[in-house]
Amino acid sequence: MKLTPVITEHWDDPALYTLDGYKSHGGYEALAKALKSDPDAIIATVKDSGLRGRGGAGFPTGLKWSFVPQNDGKPHYLVVNADESEPGACKDVPIMMANPHALIEGVIITSFAIRANHAFIYIRGEVPAAVRKVAFAVKQARDAGLIGKNIQGSGFDLEVTVHAGAGAYICGEETALLDSLEGYRGQPRLKPPFPAVAGLYSSPTVINNVETLANIPYIIDRGVEWFRQFGTEKSPGFKVFAVSGHVQRPGIYEAPLGITMRELLDFAGGMRPGAELKFWLPGGSSVPMLTADHLDLPLTYEAMAEAGSMLGTGTPMIFDQTVSVVKAVTRWLEFYKHESCGKCTPCREGTYWITGVLEKFEHGHGTAVEMETLNTLCGQIAGRSFCALGDAAATPYPAAIKYFSDEFTAATHTSADEQFDPIASYVFSGARAQ
Amino acid sequence: MTVTNHTEKTDTVNVVIDGIEMEVPKGTLVIRAAEQIGIEIPRFCDHPLLTPVAACRACLIEIDGVPKPQPACAQVLSDGMNVRTQRSSEMARIAQEGVMEFLLVNHPLDCPVCDKGGECPLQNQAMSVGRSDSRFEGEKRTFPKPINVNAQVLLDRERCVSCARCTRFAEEIAGDASLELLERGSQQQVGTANDEPFDSYFSGNVVQICPVGALTSSSYRFRSRPFDLVSVPTTCEHCAAGCSLRTDYRRGTVTRRLAWDDPEVNEEWSCDKGRFAFAYLANGRIESPLIRENGELRSASWPEAMHFAAAGLAAAGATAVLVGGRATVEDAYAYSKFARIVLGSDNLDFRARASSTEEAEFLAAHVAGTKIDVTYRDVETASQVLLVGFEPEDESPIVFLRLRKSVKKGLKVHTVGPLYSLGSEKLSANWIEANAGCEGQAITGLDSTVIGALDSKSIIFVGERAASSPGALSAVSQLGSQTGARIAWVPRRAGERGALDAGAIAGLLPGGRPISDSAARAEIAQVWNIDPESLPNVGLTGTELVTAIAEGSINAVVSAGIDPADLPNGAELLAGIENADFVVALENHHSEITQRASVVFPVAVVTEKSGSFTNWEGRSKPFSAAFREALTLTDAGVLSMLASAMDLQLNGDTRALRKELNSLQPWSGSRANVNTHEFSAPVGTTLATWRLLIDSGVMQEGEPHLAATARPSFAVVSAGMFEQLGQPELITVTGAKGSITLPVQVSEVSSDSVWLPMNSPDSHIYSQLGCGYGEVVSVKGGAA
Repeated sequence: MKLTPVITEHWDDPALYTLDGYKSHGGYEALAKALKSDPDAIIATVKDSGLRGRGGAGFPTGLKWSFVPQNDGKPHYLVVNADESEPGACKDVPIMMANPHALIEGVIITSFAIRANHAFIYIRGEVPAAVRKVAFAVKQARDAGLIGKNIQGSGFDLEVTVHAGAGAYICGEETALLDSLEGYRGQPRLKPPFPAVAGLYSSPTVINNVETLANIPYIIDRGVEWFRQFGTEKSPGFKVFAVSGHVQRPGIYEAPLGITMRELLDFAGGMRPGAELKFWLPGGSSVPMLTADHLDLPLTYEAMAEAGSMLGTGTPMIFDQTVSVVKAVTRWLEFYKHESCGKCTPCREGTYWITGVLEKFEHGHGTAVEMETLNTLCGQIAGRSFCALGDAAATPYPAAIKYFSDEFTAATHTSADEQFDPIASYVFSGARAQ
Repeated sequence: MTVTNHTEKTDTVNVVIDGIEMEVPKGTLVIRAAEQIGIEIPRFCDHPLLTPVAACRACLIEIDGVPKPQPACAQVLSDGMNVRTQRSSEMARIAQEGVMEFLLVNHPLDCPVCDKGGECPLQNQAMSVGRSDSRFEGEKRTFPKPINVNAQVLLDRERCVSCARCTRFAEEIAGDASLELLERGSQQQVGTANDEPFDSYFSGNVVQICPVGALTSSSYRFRSRPFDLVSVPTTCEHCAAGCSLRTDYRRGTVTRRLAWDDPEVNEEWSCDKGRFAFAYLANGRIESPLIRENGELRSASWPEAMHFAAAGLAAAGATAVLVGGRATVEDAYAYSKFARIVLGSDNLDFRARASSTEEAEFLAAHVAGTKIDVTYRDVETASQVLLVGFEPEDESPIVFLRLRKSVKKGLKVHTVGPLYSLGSEKLSANWIEANAGCEGQAITGLDSTVIGALDSKSIIFVGERAASSPGALSAVSQLGSQTGARIAWVPRRAGERGALDAGAIAGLLPGGRPISDSAARAEIAQVWNIDPESLPNVGLTGTELVTAIAEGSINAVVSAGIDPADLPNGAELLAGIENADFVVALENHHSEITQRASVVFPVAVVTEKSGSFTNWEGRSKPFSAAFREALTLTDAGVLSMLASAMDLQLNGDTRALRKELNSLQPWSGSRANVNTHEFSAPVGTTLATWRLLIDSGVMQEGEPHLAATARPSFAVVSAGMFEQLGQPELITVTGAKGSITLPVQVSEVSSDSVWLPMNSPDSHIYSQLGCGYGEVVSVKGGAA
């Protein structure tokens, strides 16, 4: 399969982030088209395209939009989830840095479709560069009359607010993001009501991922058929894959959904010299790990689910034989423990407990009984926590034990650093990996 | 037909819980429905009066067709739903066990030294649904312990299970949202912003609803184990709200009081005064009868004191009976009878506070002896509420909570008065500005949009302060008949409504019967088994009564529960008492009156007697003695003995008195109208004041932690007056007698008023200023 740069097509143009740069490649033509059409027709088009949310869960975007009640007399809001914080995920930030206007055009079209007159872009606060880029692009768009009152004579008004988060992974959970945006402590909300009915300020709200929205202008401009020529029936379109880890050329590779990891690995120059793939995760630390046996599976929502993993954010992390699975799982759990918001018991206490036990294994002090304990603890979190953060935290260990139980058994007497030279796994020590 | 069936069907849903078929109202939560059939699902964050959060996950249950376990506390039942709790579902049982195991990971398990041990939902539920052993071998997270969230409430953070009941109570119920969860993950903890105290009149409730031992009270901490306590239901004696409380005692000493469940009244809440102010029950009590001999009080036996008192009263000429707000209905009724039968006097008043003839008329016309009309529940369905001379947060905190609950559901509250208080703010009230003492004018001049909105579903709440605002009560009376809005009088003290109904005020016999009405006299004379002719004629009340005592035209006084400091003319009264021929005092504690009395009888406090209080609704709230073995006599008991010593009969048995009072039908004859009273138009700055909930009241003595949660004393002025005075830090308010200097606070106060707390540290209006609400004072910047 070939790479199909769409969102990333003109990233070699250093002026792409500016309005003129974006326009020189046909930017904002989709908007003109959209504003002349009917909002419901846009929703129908996106529904027909089969576009699925790129934030991780893969919920059909058009369907989500259609949940917003119309003519309800309440203001509607579009909220962009740009709080990309998933370990391993690095695709929304590059999109905002290189091609912010694709996002903004998507925001305007989407707002028009769902009848929102105010959109919020909630950007991860740790990347001020992205905040600046998007804020700059919004300003340019506003100055050009693309945001504001009566956009391009259509009678449609839209205000766009760029908001920087304050450094909490949980705020990537959509309802916690809404609370945070409203000025409260970011903790997930009880559903129902769902945001489509009572979201931001108790009003109907659509929350979409950056990449999802960046897809919109291209779908409107080029049509459903064009979009559906990529990908599969259930996972149509293309995806900004961000490949990281022990590969020769980590980076962004935009390809149709359904491409295999083996193909993506080739694009990324393969494993670093002398290294062989040990395990990989299709989309962030929250999805179960896979092994070399799964390299030929298509990267689609359905195939990944069938293999017992998830496509997630579509940002594969590649690990070679120098990596201790015990250590990797421990680092992830430390992350989840640190980021658990504290609202629900299983996640708050479970991540605390599991991390403590994993740290014992990392130092070679685990026990066989504790291997079983860890398994049941993960079972006590999965499906019982308030939001998906707990589910995510319960993911790494059961997946790791499925393929690498020997390593955990070894960790009952030998520390991870003794089993695997930590220096060897560093990116800069490729030579020693041989 | 089908339409009707359809309507019926939408009202309820049919569900199955653990194989038991149920029909429940639409919208019922699984956890509530399960309770109805005796199935107890474990819970921590769930509280029936708080909105569900589903945070603790202890109540996970299985629903057929749903792959994951669901929280019963947030799951609404839908038609046909088949629910399996831990009793019939392995999935639910394992899920609950797992959550329970997690909850104990970071819990210190210091039950042997924890106050909650023995009545702890965590302890109990860990036993009922938890594992028998712990697999956790790691290190628990710890916090320095304990910290004060305010002077009265202590927090041991390591015990907290983050159920957020306390923070939700603070925000949803009390409206004092300064208690919050801070930090995240296992470091999540309850706290306040910048470590400022959790400022709330309702802070004790968070101690009670805490499902673990994380929140404890300074007054109860380390005092007792719950299983060593004897618990007795009681009625709060601190205000006219009529809260059900539970008194817990150990070895004859009250160790704590808790809010008890009365859905009609206090739901499950109480204010901090009701909860914590009980030290007075034991401290500094008068222990035996005292008689004055050679100018000094000395102990005397009961018979000696009785004969002394009987002889003194018999020798006296004109007599008066003053009954304070602490009297139970039965005691007040005994005073009412004692005055009329034994003393042959109608000089009688229960209003140990500022009062007026207008108020007496208003009470006779609208309140005395009437059945329950406006209720707490009516507040929830009211169209509008108008507050006149009434500050619910300070003067009837449970009314405040019910108002707040209703305001959250859309009720509009208007408040007529000189200050837009913190409480008004929490009720999002519309402020109808009136200088202190000018409420009457403000009501007659009400905006047509406000009057237009008042209808038969509206309620006008009138507080005791309306009596200090000439014309206010007659204006309220008029507004009521003009708009159909219902009027509710909310006195501050627990005994006032009952005393009014019992006829402990001149001119009114029990049940609101005018003493001037011959039919009324006949009805009462029959019940009392006396000749109607022997009933006295209308006597004196209020100011006139005090003046008569001061002038000596009344030369013998029976006084009970009176603190002259509560009266605007207290000094005058005290002088009268000093010079009176004979004074009988029935008191719990020594006072300015007992120091001048001829004879003093100790009487029982609420824990030592049974009785009842009638709350502002007119609802009877009976209670029984906590200490049944107490030897103290009730007021009625003392009066009965005194009557005997004067060769007259007066049954002093509480139950007999209640039975007799209840046997009286409500007065069906005509009632006096409220005369139209002139408004006063004070020239100059008027004094606005009321009693803060927690202040220098004598029943709050001996509880320093409670006192420390009181709002600090400030003089509150408008921004305009603040400018005029030259933006001083302190201001001095001067009245007829003297001055009060307090730090200034600028707020929304009507331009010609200055607000001071009535009876708080450094601000005792009557004794320091010598004037009262609505009277003209002078104000200047700086110290005196």
